[in-house]
Formats: sequence, C-alpha cells, structure tokens
Amino acid sequence: MVNRIVTGAHYGLRDWLVQRVTAGVMVLYVLGLAGWALWQPAFGYDIWTELFSGDLMRSFSLLFLLSLFYHAWIGVRDIVMDYVKLASIRLLIHVLVILALIMYVIWAVQILWGL
Amino acid sequence: MKFRIYRYNPEADSAPYMQDYDLDLQAGDAMLLDALMQLRQQDDSLGFRKSCREGVCGSDAMNINGRNGLACITPLSSLKQPIEIRPLPGLPVIRDLIVDMTQFFKQYHSIKPYLVNNDPPPETERLQSPKDRAELDGLYECILCACCTTACPSFWWNPDKFVGPSGLLQAYRFLADTRDQDTAARLDNLEDPYRLFRCHTIMNCVDVCPKELNPTEAIGKIKDMMVKRMV
Repeated sequence: MVNRIVTGAHYGLRDWLVQRVTAGVMVLYVLGLAGWALWQPAFGYDIWTELFSGDLMRSFSLLFLLSLFYHAWIGVRDIVMDYVKLASIRLLIHVLVILALIMYVIWAVQILWGL
Repeated sequence: MKFRIYRYNPEADSAPYMQDYDLDLQAGDAMLLDALMQLRQQDDSLGFRKSCREGVCGSDAMNINGRNGLACITPLSSLKQPIEIRPLPGLPVIRDLIVDMTQFFKQYHSIKPYLVNNDPPPETERLQSPKDRAELDGLYECILCACCTTACPSFWWNPDKFVGPSGLLQAYRFLADTRDQDTAARLDNLEDPYRLFRCHTIMNCVDVCPKELNPTEAIGKIKDMMVKRMV
C-alpha cells in the first residue's frame, strides 16, 4: 500500500456536536441532582434509595451515564489520535475503549435497576 | 543588549545550541530585526529570513522570548533581556532561524485558496455589495507568516492532517466570499475529525497573530456553517 496521508472521514462535525450535546445533558443532570440534594431537609440512605426507586430517575441517570460514556469516547479517541501514530495500534485501543464503555453501560443498567 | 540565539547548521553541528551575543545598541525606536541585522554584521553565519521589514511579507516570523512574532514589528524596548530567539516551533529547521515551511504551505494549498466560480467572466469585475465585502475583513489580511499555526499544539501533533489556524482562516475567507461557488466542496473537505476538528479552541493563534486576526472565530464560523448545513 502506498504511504499517503489519508483524511476525509466524514464524522468530525457529528462527533463535535454530540460532544456538546452530551455535555449539556450532563450539566442539566448534575445541576438537577445538586438542586434536589440542597432542597432536602435531611439526607440519608432512605431518601437516596427512594429517589432512585422511581423509573424516571433511573432513566435520567442512565441518560446521564450514556452521555458521559459517549462524551468520554470522543475525548479518549481524540487523545489516542494525537499520540498513537500507528493505525493498527490506534484501532486496537479504539476497540478496547469501545468494549470497556459497552461493559460500563451494562454495569450501569445492572446497578440502576438492581438486577 | 544581550541576546541568546538558537544556532544550528546541519552541515557542521551535531546538535542545535544557544549562542550568546552582546550588542552595543540603545533600544530607542529600533525593532528586533534592526538588532538582528547588526548582529549579522558581527557574525555573517547567522541565518534568518527577512524581506519587507515592515510587517507585510511575513518572512521574519520567529519565536521571541517564547512567543511567536515578526521581528520587524517587535520593538526592542518591549523585550526582556537576554532576548531569547528561536525558530518557529513545530517545523523542521533548515539553518538557525530559518524553518522549512513546506508542510505549512501544503495545508494552505489543500483548502483551495482561490475563488472558484464557473460562470463566464463578466465584462468588468465580479461585484460585491459593501456588506458582503465587509465579511472578508479580518480574513484577507493574513500574510501567511505561520506565527499562529506554529503556536498551535494541535498542529504540532498532526501537522500532516490538521490544516492549522492560518489555513482555516483562509478557508473561511473563501467560504465567506459571495463570489465563490464551491461552498459544499469546501465544507466537505473540512468535515473530518482531523482537518478542522483538531482545533480545541486553545486560542494561541489569536494570542500571537501579528496582524491581530482571529482564526478561532473563523473556525467557529465554519463550524456554524457545517451545523446549518446538517440540520
């Protein structure tokens, strides 16, 4: 294969936009949760479990975590793109990061829904 | 005045080194380039580029006390001594303060820095309204000195793939031109994770530009155009 510099994968804009949207979701969730925590007169295990027993809170928490994982994927991929120059090793790292993030999603669902 | 200047002659030196110079000169209104010219009279082996000596040609861009700038419009009185001068970072050194700009100009050429218009040429000129013309202010003034691009960490990491602030400012100069007909292809050319989106708004480019231009703003406007096109 000729050793040419190849560019032109058309996902730059999509990932840049997704990174901003997921950041927005995370900010809203964190502010919402912080606001709720400040509003509580007393704070204990029972209130905490009650909050997370509703499907709505579990769903929003999952949305937050999915945003976090996708955001992290783009960030980590950007770092790998800068520092790992060999395409084969870069691909290997990308695959490992994606698999780890998928495992985190499964783990998050298990924790949130107490399976 | 005391100077510390980066010296490297690949034919004679095994490694680059810093050389100290002492020059009997009052700063006054003199610019750094004036001092460099006098230093070259002392030591004619000192290599640097210069041409217009008034901030128009962009030949004498160098790293002055850690910051990229043009020697010809940097007043000596504004610099702390010893004045440490190095070549522009991130580009291969040919000799002393002279760098190989091939990569920089390759990126510049890659954005097609010319008007693409397939209509038959009119009798006189392709006219623009004053408002449309005003869009090009802050873009066309770029002199391609490479101060911004070589101050950009994203360019240091990926000089072969990331266009760099100067090239992207020029890219927007043609995207913003109402006479150009190549908008879609120009955006396609940049909609890539490397070519434009390596920019992480570090803004070193804005900090060092000797013409006080704002590549970061231009890059933001290209992103806006891409988002508008997508949604």
